[in-house]
Amino acid sequence: MKVLLRNPRREVEVEGPVRVHALLARLDLSREGHLVICNGTLVPADELLQDGDEVEVRPVISGGAT
Amino acid sequence: MKCRVCRGPAVIDLPRHNANFCAEHFVKLCRDQVAKAIADHAMLTPGERVLVAVSGGKDSLAVWDLLLELGYDAEGLYLGLGIGSYSEASAVAARSFASARGLVLHERSLREDYGYDVPTAAAVTRRVPCSSCGLSKRHLFDAAAADGGFAVVATGHNLDDEAAVLLGNSLRWDLDYLARQLPALPARDGFPRKVKPLVRLTERETAAYCLVRGIDYLVEECPMAAGNKHLGYKAALNGIEERSPGTKAAFYLGFLDRMAPLLADHAAIDRTGLGRCRTCGAPTTGEVCAFCRLLEQTAGHEPVPVELVRRGGRR
Repeated sequence: MKVLLRNPRREVEVEGPVRVHALLARLDLSREGHLVICNGTLVPADELLQDGDEVEVRPVISGGAT
Repeated sequence: MKCRVCRGPAVIDLPRHNANFCAEHFVKLCRDQVAKAIADHAMLTPGERVLVAVSGGKDSLAVWDLLLELGYDAEGLYLGLGIGSYSEASAVAARSFASARGLVLHERSLREDYGYDVPTAAAVTRRVPCSSCGLSKRHLFDAAAADGGFAVVATGHNLDDEAAVLLGNSLRWDLDYLARQLPALPARDGFPRKVKPLVRLTERETAAYCLVRGIDYLVEECPMAAGNKHLGYKAALNGIEERSPGTKAAFYLGFLDRMAPLLADHAAIDRTGLGRCRTCGAPTTGEVCAFCRLLEQTAGHEPVPVELVRRGGRR
Protein backbone atom coordinates (compact mmCIF):
# COMPACT_ATOMS: atom_id res chain seq x y z
CA MET A 1 0.00 0.00 0.00
CA LYS A 2 1.03 3.60 -0.51
CA VAL A 3 1.47 5.47 2.75
CA LEU A 4 1.46 9.27 2.78
CA LEU A 5 3.86 10.89 5.23
CA ARG A 6 3.95 14.60 6.07
CA ASN A 7 6.45 17.30 6.93
CA PRO A 8 7.89 16.86 4.37
CA ARG A 9 5.09 15.40 2.26
CA ARG A 10 6.16 12.11 0.63
CA GLU A 11 4.89 8.61 -0.11
CA VAL A 12 6.39 5.26 0.82
CA GLU A 13 5.34 1.77 -0.26
CA VAL A 14 4.53 -0.65 2.58
CA GLU A 15 3.54 -4.28 2.15
CA GLY A 16 0.19 -5.21 3.71
CA PRO A 17 -1.67 -6.44 5.55
CA VAL A 18 -0.22 -4.67 8.57
CA ARG A 19 -1.68 -3.36 11.82
CA VAL A 20 -1.38 0.35 12.63
CA HIS A 21 1.03 -0.14 15.54
CA ALA A 22 3.23 -2.39 13.39
CA LEU A 23 3.18 0.14 10.54
CA LEU A 24 4.40 2.87 12.88
CA ALA A 25 7.11 0.58 14.26
CA ARG A 26 8.17 -0.40 10.73
CA LEU A 27 8.49 3.30 9.83
CA ASP A 28 10.27 4.00 13.14
CA LEU A 29 7.59 6.54 14.11
CA SER A 30 6.26 7.07 17.63
CA ARG A 31 2.65 6.21 18.45
CA GLU A 32 2.39 9.26 20.72
CA GLY A 33 3.52 11.58 17.94
CA HIS A 34 1.32 10.32 15.10
CA LEU A 35 -2.21 9.49 14.00
CA VAL A 36 -3.08 7.07 11.23
CA ILE A 37 -5.88 7.77 8.79
CA CYS A 38 -7.18 4.94 6.57
CA ASN A 39 -9.45 5.77 3.65
CA GLY A 40 -10.25 9.13 5.24
CA THR A 41 -11.06 7.77 8.71
CA LEU A 42 -9.03 7.90 11.90
CA VAL A 43 -8.12 4.35 12.98
CA PRO A 44 -6.82 2.89 16.27
CA ALA A 45 -3.60 0.95 16.92
CA ASP A 46 -4.94 -2.55 16.20
CA GLU A 47 -6.63 -1.69 12.88
CA LEU A 48 -5.53 -4.00 10.07
CA LEU A 49 -4.47 -2.04 6.99
CA GLN A 50 -4.77 -3.84 3.66
CA ASP A 51 -3.03 -3.42 0.33
CA GLY A 52 -5.15 -0.98 -1.63
CA ASP A 53 -6.06 1.13 1.39
CA GLU A 54 -5.26 4.83 1.23
CA VAL A 55 -3.19 5.44 4.34
CA GLU A 56 -1.82 8.65 5.82
CA VAL A 57 0.48 8.87 8.82
CA ARG A 58 -0.01 12.33 10.25
CA PRO A 59 2.46 13.85 12.70
CA VAL A 60 0.91 15.79 15.56
CA ILE A 61 3.88 17.48 17.20
CA SER A 62 3.86 21.26 16.85
CA GLY A 63 7.03 23.21 17.24
CA GLY A 64 6.46 26.79 18.35
CA ALA A 65 8.12 27.69 21.61
CA THR A 66 5.92 30.66 22.37
CA MET B 1 -10.74 -2.16 19.60
CA LYS B 2 -14.05 -1.19 21.21
CA CYS B 3 -15.17 2.12 22.65
CA ARG B 4 -14.95 2.06 26.43
CA VAL B 5 -18.32 3.77 26.70
CA CYS B 6 -20.59 2.20 24.07
CA ARG B 7 -18.58 -0.86 22.88
CA GLY B 8 -18.87 0.38 19.29
CA PRO B 9 -15.83 0.42 16.96
CA ALA B 10 -13.11 2.71 18.33
CA VAL B 11 -11.35 5.34 16.23
CA ILE B 12 -8.60 6.10 18.73
CA ASP B 13 -6.65 4.35 21.45
CA LEU B 14 -5.54 6.45 24.42
CA PRO B 15 -2.95 4.50 26.42
CA ARG B 16 -2.84 7.19 29.13
CA HIS B 17 -6.50 6.52 29.86
CA ASN B 18 -6.05 2.78 29.24
CA ALA B 19 -9.09 3.10 26.98
CA ASN B 20 -10.32 3.40 23.40
CA PHE B 21 -13.12 5.63 22.14
CA CYS B 22 -15.52 5.90 19.21
CA ALA B 23 -15.80 9.30 17.49
CA GLU B 24 -18.83 10.41 19.50
CA HIS B 25 -17.41 9.52 22.89
CA PHE B 26 -13.94 10.82 22.04
CA VAL B 27 -15.46 14.23 21.28
CA LYS B 28 -17.34 14.05 24.58
CA LEU B 29 -14.09 13.19 26.38
CA CYS B 30 -12.40 16.25 24.86
CA ARG B 31 -15.27 18.54 25.82
CA ASP B 32 -15.31 17.15 29.35
CA GLN B 33 -11.55 17.62 29.73
CA VAL B 34 -11.77 21.23 28.53
CA ALA B 35 -14.77 21.94 30.75
CA LYS B 36 -12.82 20.50 33.71
CA ALA B 37 -9.76 22.63 32.95
CA ILE B 38 -11.93 25.74 32.72
CA ALA B 39 -13.69 24.94 35.99
CA ASP B 40 -10.60 23.82 37.93
CA HIS B 41 -8.69 26.98 37.12
CA ALA B 42 -11.60 29.46 37.02
CA MET B 43 -10.66 30.36 33.44
CA LEU B 44 -14.00 31.67 32.20
CA THR B 45 -17.43 32.57 33.42
CA PRO B 46 -20.40 30.86 31.71
CA GLY B 47 -21.00 32.27 28.21
CA GLU B 48 -18.14 34.77 28.55
CA ARG B 49 -16.87 36.68 25.52
CA VAL B 50 -13.41 35.33 24.59
CA LEU B 51 -10.75 36.32 22.06
CA VAL B 52 -9.09 33.16 20.70
CA ALA B 53 -5.56 33.39 19.29
CA VAL B 54 -5.90 31.53 15.99
CA SER B 55 -3.00 30.27 13.87
CA GLY B 56 -4.88 27.85 11.61
CA GLY B 57 -3.18 24.87 13.26
CA LYS B 58 -4.90 22.03 15.07
CA ASP B 59 -4.72 23.45 18.60
CA SER B 60 -6.06 26.92 17.94
CA LEU B 61 -8.92 25.67 15.76
CA ALA B 62 -9.73 22.92 18.27
CA VAL B 63 -9.87 25.35 21.19
CA TRP B 64 -12.05 27.76 19.21
CA ASP B 65 -14.43 24.94 18.28
CA LEU B 66 -14.51 23.54 21.81
CA LEU B 67 -15.20 26.94 23.40
CA LEU B 68 -18.08 27.50 21.00
CA GLU B 69 -19.45 24.02 21.71
CA LEU B 70 -19.26 24.76 25.43
CA GLY B 71 -21.32 27.91 24.96
CA TYR B 72 -18.72 30.65 25.03
CA ASP B 73 -18.93 33.73 22.81
CA ALA B 74 -15.61 33.18 21.06
CA GLU B 75 -14.14 35.38 18.33
CA GLY B 76 -10.81 34.68 16.62
CA LEU B 77 -7.71 36.79 16.08
CA TYR B 78 -5.29 35.79 13.34
CA LEU B 79 -1.85 37.39 13.24
CA GLY B 80 0.01 37.28 9.92
CA LEU B 81 3.64 36.54 10.79
CA GLY B 82 5.07 36.86 7.27
CA ILE B 83 6.66 33.41 7.27
CA GLY B 84 6.35 32.86 3.51
CA SER B 85 4.04 30.15 2.19
CA TYR B 86 3.54 28.78 5.70
CA SER B 87 1.83 31.99 6.81
CA GLU B 88 -0.21 32.13 3.61
CA ALA B 89 -1.51 28.58 4.19
CA SER B 90 -2.20 29.24 7.86
CA ALA B 91 -4.29 32.30 6.97
CA VAL B 92 -6.33 30.20 4.53
CA ALA B 93 -7.01 27.57 7.22
CA ALA B 94 -8.07 30.17 9.79
CA ARG B 95 -10.30 32.07 7.35
CA SER B 96 -11.89 28.88 6.00
CA PHE B 97 -12.75 27.67 9.50
CA ALA B 98 -14.31 31.02 10.40
CA SER B 99 -16.23 31.58 7.17
CA ALA B 100 -17.65 28.03 7.08
CA ARG B 101 -19.12 28.60 10.54
CA GLY B 102 -20.05 32.27 10.24
CA LEU B 103 -17.57 33.28 12.94
CA VAL B 104 -15.84 36.60 13.51
CA LEU B 105 -12.11 36.47 12.68
CA HIS B 106 -10.11 39.62 13.40
CA GLU B 107 -6.85 39.95 11.51
CA ARG B 108 -3.56 41.75 12.00
CA SER B 109 -0.41 41.57 9.85
CA LEU B 110 3.11 42.20 11.14
CA ARG B 111 4.30 43.29 7.70
CA GLU B 112 1.30 45.43 6.70
CA ASP B 113 0.49 46.92 10.10
CA TYR B 114 3.93 47.15 11.73
CA GLY B 115 6.46 47.07 8.87
CA TYR B 116 8.30 43.86 9.74
CA ASP B 117 7.86 40.10 9.75
CA VAL B 118 9.29 37.24 11.80
CA PRO B 119 12.15 36.30 9.42
CA THR B 120 13.25 39.93 9.23
CA ALA B 121 13.01 40.38 13.00
CA ALA B 122 15.07 37.22 13.54
CA ALA B 123 17.75 38.43 11.15
CA VAL B 124 17.88 41.97 12.56
CA THR B 125 17.88 40.97 16.22
CA ARG B 126 20.16 37.96 15.58
CA ARG B 127 17.95 35.90 17.86
CA VAL B 128 16.00 32.71 17.20
CA PRO B 129 12.76 33.34 15.24
CA CYS B 130 10.56 31.98 18.07
CA SER B 131 11.77 34.89 20.23
CA SER B 132 10.40 37.78 18.13
CA CYS B 133 7.40 35.64 17.11
CA GLY B 134 6.35 35.04 20.72
CA LEU B 135 7.02 38.65 21.70
CA SER B 136 4.91 39.93 18.80
CA LYS B 137 2.04 37.56 19.52
CA ARG B 138 1.88 38.38 23.21
CA HIS B 139 1.94 42.12 22.64
CA LEU B 140 -0.55 42.17 19.77
CA PHE B 141 -3.01 39.71 21.33
CA ASP B 142 -3.03 41.87 24.46
CA ALA B 143 -3.54 45.02 22.39
CA ALA B 144 -6.30 43.45 20.29
CA ALA B 145 -8.09 42.29 23.43
CA ALA B 146 -8.00 45.83 24.81
CA ASP B 147 -9.15 47.31 21.49
CA GLY B 148 -12.02 44.85 21.19
CA GLY B 149 -13.14 45.02 24.81
CA PHE B 150 -12.22 41.39 25.57
CA ALA B 151 -11.39 40.63 29.19
CA VAL B 152 -9.80 37.31 28.29
CA VAL B 153 -7.55 35.79 25.61
CA ALA B 154 -7.57 32.01 25.06
CA THR B 155 -4.68 30.17 23.43
CA GLY B 156 -4.36 26.62 22.13
CA HIS B 157 -1.48 25.53 24.38
CA ASN B 158 -1.95 21.83 25.07
CA LEU B 159 -0.64 19.35 27.62
CA ASP B 160 2.45 18.56 25.51
CA ASP B 161 3.29 22.26 25.15
CA GLU B 162 3.00 22.87 28.88
CA ALA B 163 4.84 19.70 29.89
CA ALA B 164 7.71 20.59 27.51
CA VAL B 165 7.96 24.13 28.90
CA LEU B 166 7.80 22.75 32.43
CA LEU B 167 10.65 20.36 31.66
CA GLY B 168 12.75 23.20 30.25
CA ASN B 169 12.02 25.47 33.21
CA SER B 170 12.73 22.66 35.68
CA LEU B 171 16.02 21.72 34.04
CA ARG B 172 17.13 25.31 34.71
CA TRP B 173 15.19 25.68 38.00
CA ASP B 174 13.92 28.96 36.65
CA LEU B 175 11.63 29.97 39.50
CA ASP B 176 10.30 33.11 37.77
CA TYR B 177 9.08 31.11 34.80
CA LEU B 178 7.91 28.18 36.93
CA ALA B 179 5.85 30.51 39.11
CA ARG B 180 4.15 31.98 36.05
CA GLN B 181 3.51 28.67 34.28
CA LEU B 182 -0.17 28.52 35.12
CA PRO B 183 -3.08 27.66 32.80
CA ALA B 184 -4.91 30.84 33.84
CA LEU B 185 -3.16 34.13 34.50
CA PRO B 186 -5.39 36.81 35.99
CA ALA B 187 -5.76 40.22 34.37
CA ARG B 188 -3.37 42.79 35.79
CA ASP B 189 -1.87 46.18 34.99
CA GLY B 190 -3.56 46.43 31.61
CA PHE B 191 -2.97 42.81 30.58
CA PRO B 192 -6.08 40.74 29.82
CA ARG B 193 -6.66 37.41 31.57
CA LYS B 194 -4.85 34.60 29.69
CA VAL B 195 -6.25 31.10 29.64
CA LYS B 196 -5.19 27.76 28.17
CA PRO B 197 -8.28 25.54 28.03
CA LEU B 198 -6.49 22.63 26.29
CA VAL B 199 -4.00 21.86 29.06
CA ARG B 200 -5.70 18.55 29.84
CA LEU B 201 -5.48 17.34 26.21
CA THR B 202 -2.35 16.05 24.46
CA GLU B 203 -1.61 17.26 20.97
CA ARG B 204 -2.34 13.78 19.61
CA GLU B 205 -5.80 14.29 21.10
CA THR B 206 -6.30 17.80 19.71
CA ALA B 207 -5.26 16.59 16.24
CA ALA B 208 -7.64 13.63 16.53
CA TYR B 209 -10.40 15.97 17.70
CA CYS B 210 -9.95 18.05 14.54
CA LEU B 211 -10.05 14.96 12.33
CA VAL B 212 -13.19 13.62 13.97
CA ARG B 213 -14.89 17.02 13.87
CA GLY B 214 -13.96 17.59 10.20
CA ILE B 215 -11.79 20.62 11.02
CA ASP B 216 -9.37 21.22 8.15
CA TYR B 217 -6.31 22.52 9.95
CA LEU B 218 -2.85 23.33 8.61
CA VAL B 219 -0.75 20.18 8.99
CA GLU B 220 2.44 21.82 7.78
CA GLU B 221 4.74 22.92 10.59
CA CYS B 222 6.41 26.28 10.95
CA PRO B 223 9.68 26.10 9.00
CA MET B 224 11.36 28.37 11.52
CA ALA B 225 10.65 26.13 14.52
CA ALA B 226 12.44 23.03 13.21
CA GLY B 227 15.06 21.76 15.62
CA ASN B 228 14.23 24.09 18.50
CA LYS B 229 14.77 23.10 22.14
CA HIS B 230 11.04 22.88 22.78
CA LEU B 231 10.73 20.08 20.18
CA GLY B 232 13.61 18.26 21.83
CA TYR B 233 11.83 18.37 25.19
CA LYS B 234 8.65 17.07 23.57
CA ALA B 235 10.51 14.18 21.96
CA ALA B 236 12.12 13.29 25.29
CA LEU B 237 8.77 13.35 27.09
CA ASN B 238 7.08 11.31 24.36
CA GLY B 239 9.82 8.70 24.66
CA ILE B 240 9.01 8.36 28.36
CA GLU B 241 5.25 8.47 27.68
CA GLU B 242 5.44 5.53 25.27
CA ARG B 243 7.08 3.38 27.93
CA SER B 244 4.99 4.75 30.79
CA PRO B 245 1.62 6.13 29.59
CA GLY B 246 0.25 8.98 31.67
CA THR B 247 3.66 10.40 32.58
CA LYS B 248 3.16 13.74 30.80
CA ALA B 249 -0.17 14.35 32.52
CA ALA B 250 1.24 13.29 35.91
CA PHE B 251 4.24 15.61 35.42
CA TYR B 252 2.31 18.73 34.43
CA LEU B 253 -0.97 18.28 36.29
CA GLY B 254 0.98 17.17 39.36
CA PHE B 255 3.01 20.39 39.11
CA LEU B 256 -0.20 22.44 39.05
CA ASP B 257 -1.64 20.49 41.95
CA ARG B 258 1.33 20.20 44.26
CA MET B 259 4.20 22.48 43.17
CA ALA B 260 2.57 25.64 41.81
CA PRO B 261 0.95 26.46 45.20
CA LEU B 262 4.42 26.43 46.77
CA LEU B 263 5.55 29.01 44.23
CA ALA B 264 2.59 31.35 44.77
CA ASP B 265 4.62 33.77 46.90
CA HIS B 266 7.26 33.97 44.19
CA ALA B 267 4.56 34.68 41.62
CA ALA B 268 3.17 37.48 43.80
CA ILE B 269 6.60 39.16 44.00
CA ASP B 270 6.85 38.91 40.23
CA ARG B 271 3.61 40.86 39.85
CA THR B 272 5.02 44.06 41.30
CA GLY B 273 6.68 46.97 39.60
CA LEU B 274 5.11 47.36 36.16
CA GLY B 275 5.07 50.78 34.55
CA ARG B 276 3.83 52.00 31.18
CA CYS B 277 5.74 52.02 27.89
CA ARG B 278 6.43 55.67 27.02
CA THR B 279 5.80 54.89 23.34
CA CYS B 280 2.67 52.72 23.26
CA GLY B 281 1.42 52.74 26.86
CA ALA B 282 1.59 48.96 27.25
CA PRO B 283 2.55 47.53 30.65
CA THR B 284 6.32 47.06 30.91
CA THR B 285 9.14 46.79 33.41
CA GLY B 286 11.29 49.30 31.48
CA GLU B 287 10.74 52.71 29.94
CA VAL B 288 10.03 51.26 26.49
CA CYS B 289 8.36 47.87 26.07
CA ALA B 290 10.08 45.02 24.25
CA PHE B 291 7.66 45.25 21.32
CA CYS B 292 8.41 48.93 20.70
CA ARG B 293 12.14 48.21 20.95
CA LEU B 294 11.65 45.51 18.30
CA LEU B 295 9.82 48.04 16.09
CA GLU B 296 12.73 50.45 16.45
CA GLN B 297 15.25 47.76 15.55
CA THR B 298 13.39 46.52 12.48
CA ALA B 299 12.30 49.92 11.15
CA GLY B 300 13.39 50.47 7.58
CA HIS B 301 14.86 47.00 7.05
CA GLU B 302 14.14 45.29 3.76
CA PRO B 303 12.15 42.05 4.18
CA VAL B 304 14.40 39.02 4.71
CA PRO B 305 13.23 35.84 2.95
CA VAL B 306 12.43 32.82 5.13
CA GLU B 307 15.07 30.77 3.32
CA LEU B 308 17.83 33.09 4.51
CA VAL B 309 16.96 32.70 8.17
CA ARG B 310 17.82 29.35 9.68
CA ARG B 311 16.90 28.23 13.16
CA GLY B 312 19.54 28.95 15.66
CA GLY B 313 20.51 31.21 13.31
CA ARG B 314 21.65 34.18 12.17
CA ARG B 315 22.38 35.22 8.70
